[in-house]
Amino acid sequence: MKTDELISMLATNADQVPALKVEWRFALALGIGLPVSALVMLLTMGLRSDFVQAVGGLAFWMKLAFTACMAGSGLILTKRLSRPGVKVGYAWLGIALPLLVLWLAAVLVLMEGEPPQRLGMLLGSTWNACPFNIAALSVPLFFATFWCVKGTAPTRLALAGAASGLLSGALSASVYAMHCTESAAPFIGVWYVLGISIPTLIGASLGPRLLRW
Amino acid sequence: MYRTSQRDIRFAENELSLRELLVSGLAGDAAAYRDFLKALSAHLRAYFRKRLLQRMDEVEDLVQEVLIAVHNQRQTYQSDQPLTAWVHAIARYKLIDVLRAHSAHGALNDPLDDELEIFAVSETDAADAKRDLGKLLSTLPDKQRLPIVHVKIEGLSVLETAKLTGMSESAIKIGVHRGLKALGAKIRGIA
Repeated sequence: MKTDELISMLATNADQVPALKVEWRFALALGIGLPVSALVMLLTMGLRSDFVQAVGGLAFWMKLAFTACMAGSGLILTKRLSRPGVKVGYAWLGIALPLLVLWLAAVLVLMEGEPPQRLGMLLGSTWNACPFNIAALSVPLFFATFWCVKGTAPTRLALAGAASGLLSGALSASVYAMHCTESAAPFIGVWYVLGISIPTLIGASLGPRLLRW
Repeated sequence: MYRTSQRDIRFAENELSLRELLVSGLAGDAAAYRDFLKALSAHLRAYFRKRLLQRMDEVEDLVQEVLIAVHNQRQTYQSDQPLTAWVHAIARYKLIDVLRAHSAHGALNDPLDDELEIFAVSETDAADAKRDLGKLLSTLPDKQRLPIVHVKIEGLSVLETAKLTGMSESAIKIGVHRGLKALGAKIRGIA
């Protein structure tokens, strides 16, 4: 086909494009993925039994603040990586800074504890379930974010996949925080972070294959 | 001291007028959108010609592919974003795709049958010859190389080449003349 004919064809197919089309796609994906993930948590794990007391305490909100910061930064990163030619800029600091603060807090808490207690702080009572539960709850969110990014035009596929995975992992960790009773900074700093990194790494490895366009 | 070269001014004008056309196109103005695609295709053609010296036959395919990609992904353009950055990222993405496909294709398609060998040999010879010319050409500065590629290899007119490259017509003529002279000197140097 001649290029001029192609142009004419494309121009006749050019309807008006809604200004926030990509934003709506994100809203739709997360608006479905998040409730599904929460529903799976409620049905298979259940709310923590002391949920009402926990909501009144600081520890619950500190934990949620961390996962929400990661989710927010993950969303910003994913959106930037979904558009050709948009620089990531300093958005990665939104991941690095919360992590740094959390790990600093974890070190301080560990140093304050007596040496025999330290291992207990690190492992809590659910360390062997936590990362896998977060990864499991991230599955519906992972599908949602990948579907979302698939409809955009990422040019750095591994990074875009990692950012989508991170977004789903951080949201899933926020959901899991409604079930999990652990709140020690060392525990969150190891096992929550590990749980979030599982979908992130999977996203990075699947991105180049699944997000091509 | 603040200086703006003529090239920068022309670039900024292109960026602004193209962006205006695209934004109107996104709002549903089909005529503006057609003008945008037309102007864009000329820029893309120049961009890919510069980068696909050895595969001139694929330039037009790639131009069309990027036009389709731009069309399908036009919802990812934000009106406050530099249009150049957006288009360049798409063009680069598709160019890398083509180059990668080529390297994979070449590795997997070694001719095995003797019968086919004859054709394979002549084909590689042609490719080598092209590559040598490409190599020599690539040593020339742009103002000589582009006029030669467009006028002497692709057979465009001086006027078309001037439009495509943004150079003046007399600069094209001078570029062809000096470039051929320089190429001749280089070829004699090799022989």
